[in-house]
Amino acid sequence: MKRSLSALIALLTAATLLAGCERPPVDTVQRGYRGTGMELVYNPRTMAELAPLNAVPPLPEPASPDGPKAKQVFKNVQVLGDLSIGEFTRYMTAITAWVSPVEGCNYCHDPENLGEDKKYTKVVARRMMQMTNHINADWKSHVAETGVTCFTCHRGGAIPRQVWFKPQPQDLRANFIGDRDGQNQASKTVGLTSLPYDPFTPYLLKAQTIGVGANTALPTGHVASIVHTEQTYGLMVHMSEGLGVNCTYCHNTRNFKSWDGVPPQRATAWHGIRMARELNNDYLVPLTPAFPPNRLGPTGDVAKVNCATCHQGAYKPLNGAQMAKAFPELLALGGARPADGLPAPQAYATRAVLFFATGSAALDAEQAKGLMVLVSALSAQPRATVAVSGYHSASGDLASNEALAKQRASSVRDSLLAAGVAPARVLLEKPVQAEANLAGEDPAARRVEVTLK
Amino acid sequence: MAQYQNLFTQVQAVGPANLGVPLPPGHSPRTGTDLPQVHLFGRIGMPQVGPIYLGPLGIASIIFGVAAFNIIGFNMLAQVNWDIVQFVRQLFWLSLEPPGPQYGLSLPPLNQGGWWLMAGGFLTVSILLWWTRMYTRARALGLGTHVAWAFAAAIWLFLVLGFIRPVLMGSWSEAVPFGIFPHLDWTAAFSIRYGNLFYNPFHALSIAFLYGATLLFAMHGATILAVSRFGGERELEQIADRGTASERAALFWRWTMGFNATTESIHRWAWWFAVLCPLAGGIGILLTGTVVDNWYLWAVKHGVAPPYPQVFPVVVDPSTLLQGVKP
Repeated sequence: MKRSLSALIALLTAATLLAGCERPPVDTVQRGYRGTGMELVYNPRTMAELAPLNAVPPLPEPASPDGPKAKQVFKNVQVLGDLSIGEFTRYMTAITAWVSPVEGCNYCHDPENLGEDKKYTKVVARRMMQMTNHINADWKSHVAETGVTCFTCHRGGAIPRQVWFKPQPQDLRANFIGDRDGQNQASKTVGLTSLPYDPFTPYLLKAQTIGVGANTALPTGHVASIVHTEQTYGLMVHMSEGLGVNCTYCHNTRNFKSWDGVPPQRATAWHGIRMARELNNDYLVPLTPAFPPNRLGPTGDVAKVNCATCHQGAYKPLNGAQMAKAFPELLALGGARPADGLPAPQAYATRAVLFFATGSAALDAEQAKGLMVLVSALSAQPRATVAVSGYHSASGDLASNEALAKQRASSVRDSLLAAGVAPARVLLEKPVQAEANLAGEDPAARRVEVTLK
Repeated sequence: MAQYQNLFTQVQAVGPANLGVPLPPGHSPRTGTDLPQVHLFGRIGMPQVGPIYLGPLGIASIIFGVAAFNIIGFNMLAQVNWDIVQFVRQLFWLSLEPPGPQYGLSLPPLNQGGWWLMAGGFLTVSILLWWTRMYTRARALGLGTHVAWAFAAAIWLFLVLGFIRPVLMGSWSEAVPFGIFPHLDWTAAFSIRYGNLFYNPFHALSIAFLYGATLLFAMHGATILAVSRFGGERELEQIADRGTASERAALFWRWTMGFNATTESIHRWAWWFAVLCPLAGGIGILLTGTVVDNWYLWAVKHGVAPPYPQVFPVVVDPSTLLQGVKP
């Protein structure tokens, strides 16, 4: 009795400890040079589970490109006007099957007047069509000739299954005790690790540097904190989970930063990160006001894309099925992309003003050159210090804008430190009014001012 | 007849309490004279509990240690809104984080790393006091101070991780968080940031000593258990007066590997392997970031990391091709 009880306890303990593990066996595929551990591990049961999710729906028969154009027949056709009426109808039917199979055409269209932009869904759908065309035309570095369709993300649902919102900030109450520092929570976004649970805002919305490793063996002024590394690590865990692959799908086993002997997928992924960032900033964030509040996240932000939005656990979305080929007329359309020209930096011996892209805290290389005069002035005056103040434009919400302004100041501070200025000489100074223009998006407002003191 | 042996002591010696040697003048008295004999303790060691000697150092050490433990624990509890169930459920994920990189070595606000600094300070004081206590207690008994110095080797690694290296790097944010999974994620992130710690030769040495120490311990433990039927576990007597147990154990190893340690030297081996593990590890951590920024590139430079044949077509970092696009 006693023995069977202890055996039961041992069995229960073993079961509890192993509860988080995957059951063996798993398949291992060698893909690099022998002995280097370049292996991919696949769980055949997970693959079998994912297979139906990544199945391609039946595609409609091709339509004739002849006949009158859609814009001649229908009203308010802004994107697809040059399609023939047959192609246009075929595409509309396909979209209904991909996005709103239950709700039908009326999910976006007003049945009284199909052309009217009465429902927000129609406005969003139009922008998403432009986005799809833009991806297929301008992001071949990531999507190649395979391209994307609405189905790549939507998979039969009005909202893609895997989108991300900014997490609700922790309620710090009196800010006395218990700051989680945005991490240490079993979050699915980072594969249940204790890594920072929002790896998306810094990298897929803002343009924080992803590579954290140094380019030289010995220290030469490269600055990247452990917190920064953990954020990058969190993004990489997301990519791994989102694509159902190991680190070795893109990286060599010896050094994550090194591009020596890495699989070509790494370059594809590199462009993918920039694509997701651009789509978020140029297509999704500007759509925020279009959505009703119940479609927005806990902090009032719009649903945004990450790697899993398209990939959904597969190394290639839909396991590489070339769905977009069935719509050759769409692959030919390009999407409109807002230009993002920055004013030239202002460089003086006592003051520098550097400008930033919309929603970004990354200091552009051209802009960083504006610091050169000031840095040489600093080395000439060893007792002088500089004050760094970040500003933001008026569009968007104030709290995240203020954080952005602060990050802009921090990235300028990092550049100053990287240029060899002692940390004690660089002071971050909160401006009295960080909001630098009254309304809208003014490029001259998105700036950091550095003043010699 | 084969006999099944397990971790637990088969025979317990139970007798009148042993109160130990008289203390030198100026030492506070030991706590407890009516000493209990606990059978379960006897299964793994000595059944007699106490007497314990706390003294001012021990009491101060416990106070500081409890303070650090409570700061960490209450921060974790506050992170889950004082919910005990969530505290237990999320315990392995919870952590007290060091200040962010923006604070450098300055004093951060209490909730943004101040608690970490305080807990770390208290824990350090507690550990150093406990070390002093180890040293003075060994001296009071007329022992050598080997235990204290072995403990000091571990304290060296602790101080390198949480104090010496962060100070040299100019930022508390370089230090390790107080948390179960978070400190493991810190370790992984540390290796990623500094170009793969496996190319750090001191890391390699530390691992060699770690595994070496376990190997030595297994060999020694097995040898002594094997000759216990000849009184082999009475090691001191065997050192002074070689008996048949020592003779057989030594002969066993000469037969099997041609060479044997002596009853004394095996302990020197084991002590040094154990002590060199954190000592070498601490040096490896200390050099990381301060002297070497990327261990992989360091290893390539010094011919440690071999080149491998190219399997994939050459891939170039796109950020070096596209001007104006930040990596």
